[in-house]
Amino acid sequence: MITLNHYLVLAAILFVVGLTGVLTRRNLIVVMMSIELMLNAVNLTFIAFARYFNDMTGHVFVFMVMAVAAAEAAVGLAVVLALFRNRETVDADEVRVMKG
Amino acid sequence: METMLFHLFAGVAVILSLAMIMAKKPVTSAVCLVGVMFALAALFALLNAHLIAALQILVYAGAIMVLFMFVIMLLNLREKEGLAARHLILAQITGAGLLGALLIPFMMQATLEKGPLSAIAPDRFGTTAAVGELLYTEYLLPFEIASALLLAALVGAVALVKIRMR
Repeated sequence: MITLNHYLVLAAILFVVGLTGVLTRRNLIVVMMSIELMLNAVNLTFIAFARYFNDMTGHVFVFMVMAVAAAEAAVGLAVVLALFRNRETVDADEVRVMKG
Repeated sequence: METMLFHLFAGVAVILSLAMIMAKKPVTSAVCLVGVMFALAALFALLNAHLIAALQILVYAGAIMVLFMFVIMLLNLREKEGLAARHLILAQITGAGLLGALLIPFMMQATLEKGPLSAIAPDRFGTTAAVGELLYTEYLLPFEIASALLLAALVGAVALVKIRMR
């Protein structure tokens, strides 16, 4: 019998894997992919709760999260491209112009 | 049957996501992430979210990941890092610590058996018609704002990349 908690634990694990990726990787593209993974983990939580409460509001919210993720990916990758053209790198550690 | 499918796709998702953050090449990471998206789409389908499962494959595995692939191929980086050695310890500590923190609530409940899902979802639950109806009635304003956001992102992305070309 699969319960709500199974899905919540799975979502927590996926979220942590994504967060670990964000904190430890230096390649900006991989960092962005880890962020996508975190968003997906949250989506799983929403869908599981929607099923638990038999309320489809969670589905609508996931729809919105997908729209935001698409926008974020487009703008983020444009930033990475612009960065690469200026500095020949996508390494997060080598981008420190804003550092005081 | 449901139990078996859940464990299968959950296992695939966790293993591929770990492979994603540990892969040396960004392309490998991207392919692994596509696999995670597909596994999650299967889980959504298990939870009767048919529309979201389809959108997951179309939007995430289709559109967003192709965008990532495009940029990876375009940049054609010489890869010099993996999860570098000094970062590996850090990664393990961070991962273990964060996972512990997130799982504490579940430990306190001490069981996975809580929160049983009703065996049968209500009629029309999660179908395109039902979710669409919600989107166009109760959540019409957020829906319109999402479209404005997408337009802004579109213009912003083009502007960001184009200015550099002068």
